[in-house]
Amino acid sequence: MASNERTAKLSVQEMIAKQKGKKGKKWLEKAIPVILLIIASVSVLTTFGIVFTLIFETIEFFRRVPFLEFVFGTEWLPFSNNEPLFGILPLIAGTLKVTLIAVLVAVPFGLASAVYLSEYASDKTRRVVKPVLEVLAGVPTIVYGFFALTFVTPLLQQFIPELKIFNALSPGIVVGIMILPMIASLSEDAMSSVPNSIREGALALGGTKLEVAIKVVLPAALSGIMASIVLAVSRAIGETMIVSLAGGSTPRFDGDITDSIQTMTAYIVQVSTGDAGYGTTIYYSIYSVGFTLFLFTLLMNWLAHVISKRFREEY
Amino acid sequence: MVQLKVNNKTTDEIVATQAFTDKKLVYDTQQLNLWYGNHHALKNIDLAIKENEVTAIIGPSGCGKSTYIKTLNRMVELVPSVKTSGKILYRERNIFDADYGVEELRTKVGMVFQKPNPFPKSIYDNIAYGPRIHGIKNKKTLDEIVEQSLRGAAIWNEVKDRLNENAYGLSGGQQQRICIARALAIEPDVILMDEPTSALDPISTLKVEELVQDLKKNYSIIIVTHNMQQAARISDQTAFFLNGEVIEFDQTDTIFSTPSDKRTEDYISGRFG
Amino acid sequence: MRYIDHQKVIKRMSTRMIVNKIFKGIFFVATLFALLALGVLFYRIITQGIGYLSPEFFMNFGSRFPEKAGIKAALIGSLWMMAVVAPVSLLFGVGSAIYLEEYAKKSKINDFIRMNIANLAGVPSVVFGLLGLTIFVRALALGNSILAAGFTMSLLILPVIIVASQEAIRAVPKHLREASYGMGATKWQTIVKIVLPSAIPGILTGGILALSRAIGETAPLVVIGIPVIIQFLPQNFLSQFTAMPMQIFDWAKRPQEEFQYVASAGIIVLMILLLLMNSIAVFIRNKFQKRY
Repeated sequence: MASNERTAKLSVQEMIAKQKGKKGKKWLEKAIPVILLIIASVSVLTTFGIVFTLIFETIEFFRRVPFLEFVFGTEWLPFSNNEPLFGILPLIAGTLKVTLIAVLVAVPFGLASAVYLSEYASDKTRRVVKPVLEVLAGVPTIVYGFFALTFVTPLLQQFIPELKIFNALSPGIVVGIMILPMIASLSEDAMSSVPNSIREGALALGGTKLEVAIKVVLPAALSGIMASIVLAVSRAIGETMIVSLAGGSTPRFDGDITDSIQTMTAYIVQVSTGDAGYGTTIYYSIYSVGFTLFLFTLLMNWLAHVISKRFREEY
Repeated sequence: MVQLKVNNKTTDEIVATQAFTDKKLVYDTQQLNLWYGNHHALKNIDLAIKENEVTAIIGPSGCGKSTYIKTLNRMVELVPSVKTSGKILYRERNIFDADYGVEELRTKVGMVFQKPNPFPKSIYDNIAYGPRIHGIKNKKTLDEIVEQSLRGAAIWNEVKDRLNENAYGLSGGQQQRICIARALAIEPDVILMDEPTSALDPISTLKVEELVQDLKKNYSIIIVTHNMQQAARISDQTAFFLNGEVIEFDQTDTIFSTPSDKRTEDYISGRFG
Repeated sequence: MRYIDHQKVIKRMSTRMIVNKIFKGIFFVATLFALLALGVLFYRIITQGIGYLSPEFFMNFGSRFPEKAGIKAALIGSLWMMAVVAPVSLLFGVGSAIYLEEYAKKSKINDFIRMNIANLAGVPSVVFGLLGLTIFVRALALGNSILAAGFTMSLLILPVIIVASQEAIRAVPKHLREASYGMGATKWQTIVKIVLPSAIPGILTGGILALSRAIGETAPLVVIGIPVIIQFLPQNFLSQFTAMPMQIFDWAKRPQEEFQYVASAGIIVLMILLLLMNSIAVFIRNKFQKRY
């Protein structure tokens, strides 16, 4: 047996040696990381592309419109024939109205769902509710926009007669429904990752489930929850189709939520579906508005990142 | 029969030692130092391992035995912060030489890990993986290699009728023997074993130990174990590691009956570790 | 000296239990709100649109007349666009993920790449539209073609695919890689033969979900200038085209009440397509979940 194995033993190594002689695969091993690095840098190029595009065209915009007028002006009348005005505050106001209403809807319902799912729900319930949340999150925003315009607004008008066909309330609520799953799901993740040992300790002291949830788990998961809210806010700010369909196109700098508004995103859509020629001030205005939008969401995303980093450090 | 004793060793022992010193070195470690970042994990290791023997490496947790064995096939370099100095000569070639490809080394030095890690593939594909990646494609050749390897791991009869089944369907002990067969498939020179039975039940452990004793006829086996009885049972030589240093390295019988260093004695007798 | 009056504790207990039960009910009802919203949404869409789902609907192009309006151009156009988005986004997405998980060492460059991907994920889709307008439509002179829209959408969903692929690759246990390296396999051999085969289900699941997002996105298409009045099917990838979200947007905006029903019908088609893709993704995920 030993001698058989001895002779057999040499042959596989020989075969391997012969194969090694044939192929020069070494260049492949060296080339692959380089190729993949180039592929991976596309994401970096994309960011640069976005930033440069926005900055270049915005600079062109500021050659035609004074910076102070843009930042502090309270009237946005780009299509006016005699005196076009480009003060961005009305658009920001529109965005803020919708975002605020969305947050007021999404946070209570989202958090309540998260607490229920994380602390109370049975496995069966979870298996039904979680997919529903995932579906809600996957509905295209155009569908939500249509829903807001054709169902929510008429419904609300029954209770609020002064509500106009285009307003801030209806899209606000629907944007809230759209970002609710985000808050629910991310907050539930944050609460689930609070170690069970902490819950058990609190329960062992005679606490009710409610007390454990509110006084122990929620505070422990707070930064994760806050990060989820900030991310949801960022998403609400960038939301386009719901506000385009249901919000209207009337930029106004006031606190009225029952009348037509225009958000930053809706303005970009309005110009894009219109006839603004390449090279006009109006054309460049979509970039300056876009840049403002980008800065807002960048700030929110950075905030969420900072908050969630603190959360990760705690566990 | 009266035995002459020279230097406290009988003639039998001297003859054995002669045979001992006639064997060639398979691994000669010279002044090996290894750092994980700033942690000095291996300190000035000198170890000469002979071929066709079972060499056991024992020591308490954290003494560096796993690190050492993973350095022998340069698997330790999968950890990014690792730095080494010194030489390890595998059959008189320094494995750290720039022109000694790490893949080439690993075709000659196989490894069996602590937790059985078969691929999520069929038993056949697990064994054939090694030969295939090194260019052997002929089905008939692969069939022969698979059978030879499974026989070599003493598991052929148990699996010969289910070569196409997923390896995950086997028990832990069987999976580990599949992993041994997989290592045998490229017919290495040395087999490194990093605590190969610590995740197995006693019966499977026994089977693997028998296998190791059998394999040493054609392979050199270096086995890390935290089970001292196992080392005493199956190895020819034993090295005792402590805090990253080799404290003592000698014939297994000597280590376990008359160790030279007090620390070895303390470890053997269970005073620590 | 005893500070806890156990009598008082027992008396308060019943109140606390009641409060607990009340709030459990409140949380449960709040959770139902989400289900309710979804249910009403689907009910409305289906009842409004089902009447308009005739074979003619699938065979007609868009029209000024609601009875004649059809989704053919938009549906085919969307499929043509996905034919660009799928390979491009998967190639760059999976490739980036392989680089980040298998080759990238801890360095400033690689941290920068990772940070970039996280940032991109939070950029509003309308901004991607602006990017696509400047780079693909104008600078690369692709016009508002399928290619321009396809590339823009690919960039939009790239972060999602990268993250999903990264997770799938990371989920492959370390000891499988070790076993492969232990036998002298090279890094690329290990990736192709061990890591990727195990990661494919996760990658596919994430990829399909990302693609389903691309099908429903409207804003980038609007900004790029995808028209709605298209009376022909695409000839090649440089053709003009229209897509389902754009068509639905157009119908939804029209004042005639009839078009509401047409829009609903269009939404049903879109949702069926999404349901199909999501089901495939869930199927793949469930089939391959119990591997380790």
